[in-house]
Amino acid sequence: MGWETWAITTLSRSLAYGTPLLLGTLGEIYAERSGVLNLGVEGMMIVGAYSAFSIAYITGNPWLGILMAAVIGGAFSLIHAFTSVTLKANQVISGLSLTMLGLGLSGVFGRGWEGKPLPASLPKITISVLSKITFLGPILFEGQNLIVYLTILLVPLLWYILYRTRIGITIRSVGESPATADSLGINVYRVRYLCVFLGGVLAGVAGGYLSVAYRPAWTEGMTAGMGWIVIALTIFAFWNPAYGMLGAYLFAALYHLAFRLQPWVSPELLKAMPYTFAILVLIFVSRGTLLKRMGAPAALALPYTRGEE
Amino acid sequence: MKRLVSFKVERRPVASGRVVFFVSLLAIFAALMVAGIFFQIYGVSPIRAYQLILRGSLGSRFGLTETVRRAIPLLLCGVGLTVAFRALFWNIGAEGQLLLGAVAAAGVALFTGLPDQLLLPAMFIGGFIGGAAWGLIPAILKVKLGVNDVITTLMMNYIAIYIVEWLIHGPWKGPSMRGFAYTDTFPRAAWLPTIYGTRIHWPTLVLGLVLAALMYILVTRTRSGFEIRVIGENPDAARFAGINPLKTTLLVMLISGGFAGLAGVGEVAGIHQRLLGPSHISMGYGYTAIIVAWLARRNPLAVIVTSFLFGVIMTGGDVIRVSLGLPFQLINVFNGLILFFLIGSEILLRYRISFLLRR
Repeated sequence: MGWETWAITTLSRSLAYGTPLLLGTLGEIYAERSGVLNLGVEGMMIVGAYSAFSIAYITGNPWLGILMAAVIGGAFSLIHAFTSVTLKANQVISGLSLTMLGLGLSGVFGRGWEGKPLPASLPKITISVLSKITFLGPILFEGQNLIVYLTILLVPLLWYILYRTRIGITIRSVGESPATADSLGINVYRVRYLCVFLGGVLAGVAGGYLSVAYRPAWTEGMTAGMGWIVIALTIFAFWNPAYGMLGAYLFAALYHLAFRLQPWVSPELLKAMPYTFAILVLIFVSRGTLLKRMGAPAALALPYTRGEE
Repeated sequence: MKRLVSFKVERRPVASGRVVFFVSLLAIFAALMVAGIFFQIYGVSPIRAYQLILRGSLGSRFGLTETVRRAIPLLLCGVGLTVAFRALFWNIGAEGQLLLGAVAAAGVALFTGLPDQLLLPAMFIGGFIGGAAWGLIPAILKVKLGVNDVITTLMMNYIAIYIVEWLIHGPWKGPSMRGFAYTDTFPRAAWLPTIYGTRIHWPTLVLGLVLAALMYILVTRTRSGFEIRVIGENPDAARFAGINPLKTTLLVMLISGGFAGLAGVGEVAGIHQRLLGPSHISMGYGYTAIIVAWLARRNPLAVIVTSFLFGVIMTGGDVIRVSLGLPFQLINVFNGLILFFLIGSEILLRYRISFLLRR
């Protein structure tokens, strides 16, 4: 295999693998920006993956599957919103329970669904004119699906909303100083609920993408820790959608490069690579006290009660 | 229409032990009620299902001993986690620390050639070191570099899983285990004694009970215990009081990781007598122990009770699978629900709701 083909395959696969990571990260950025740490991403992704697969299997329409993943992912995230925002429970533990519950539910309902073939997976798109562009063409415009592009479009949109609109200011102020936001007449609870819900929808779609597009099949525990990598990427991104995009694709590229070491390194150790990368990446961004504070919402993981500061 | 009953919500100063107990009980009961829906979905009456689970896990000699042997790793991991959680160090990595303890014990058992009477003690020491080392890495990263502890401890679970997979498929694969991904069986001297006719490896159980008592003394009666609590409750105050965060964090993770490592030793030396697939060594004990520690309200002595309770639930999982033919994964649904109701109910510990009758 020539050098160029090799690079093209790797980068094209990275784009495909980076998409669910990016979707999850974008959602988590919004949730955390509003002050809610949601460690349930892994759980929301896996219920998304299962609902997308089952609906796509029954109806034969993968898009209905993705829609279902969004709905179920969003609904599922509301459990966490309820315990952490309304009941003011510990957000670390609440997020963990969401993950446990998601893995459990998908395991229970997914029994018997393993190995079933999907009648139709998400169609791959090739834009023939653009795919002729040297090098970039085959990476960007050959064999990817619509969600890959929509996710990329989502990045400037969510960045713009967060930094350049009133809605964005509202979200960030709720995450920085809920008491001040409250005194300005902002409904802190509603903002937090909506941001967590958005996180759930995007994580659900990320899971759905995995089971009806990336590798169209259902396997128990198929998200294999991607939801946790999303949490790491959110920190890596300094809670900024643009850096989130950089992080997700960079991570995906490293992941695929590692698998090219197959002839020399045992497959079991290669599987440990992504998790090692995630730790290394966090060490990298945590160096220095200046970077440590950058971007982290001041009220992250702190429940808000009016009149109690 | 005028309401006849009104209620008032006020902050509770400190919840008494009795209130904590009843609220916890209420939370578990509520979780089991909701979980009952799943039995209903599968056409099994929830009452009958719970009867079967209780009979299967407590009502027979076999069931009871299975419950106890599952409570052993939960006890060790859970006691360690209460200490870590007191310092608000989010150790989600007991699962990986347990596996590294198992790896270290297997290494000692298979490759050191120590004299028989030294073998088991060396395995326990090795297992403690293995688990502690796995736990100390995130501790150092957090204190020195500010790296998020939840992520590092969790990622290291996955890394531990693949290290075990690699060892049993590669360098440590037993030559006499053709085709299977196991190490060789440990020499006889490396087998933990069990209570006759059961799988209860009693030395580990005794160790767990002793450590629970010791940790209770540590957290309630010593200066280190006080420092652990201050770091967890008020990091600023801790800094002013001159408490060294590195020393304290290293101590809690030495304990938490090390105890999980000991649990790993118990599993390989007491149950399997070899190193095998990670999902066979631990059925998610490290994760379940998080609930065990939280339900115990971070009290090491209470872990003795809560680990037994979750032993019942895990053995109940076998009943669900074998007698009812339902997926074992229901256990995860139970666990998630119990944890949700548990933390959700904590608001009842902070606030008191009193009802007033209007005349």
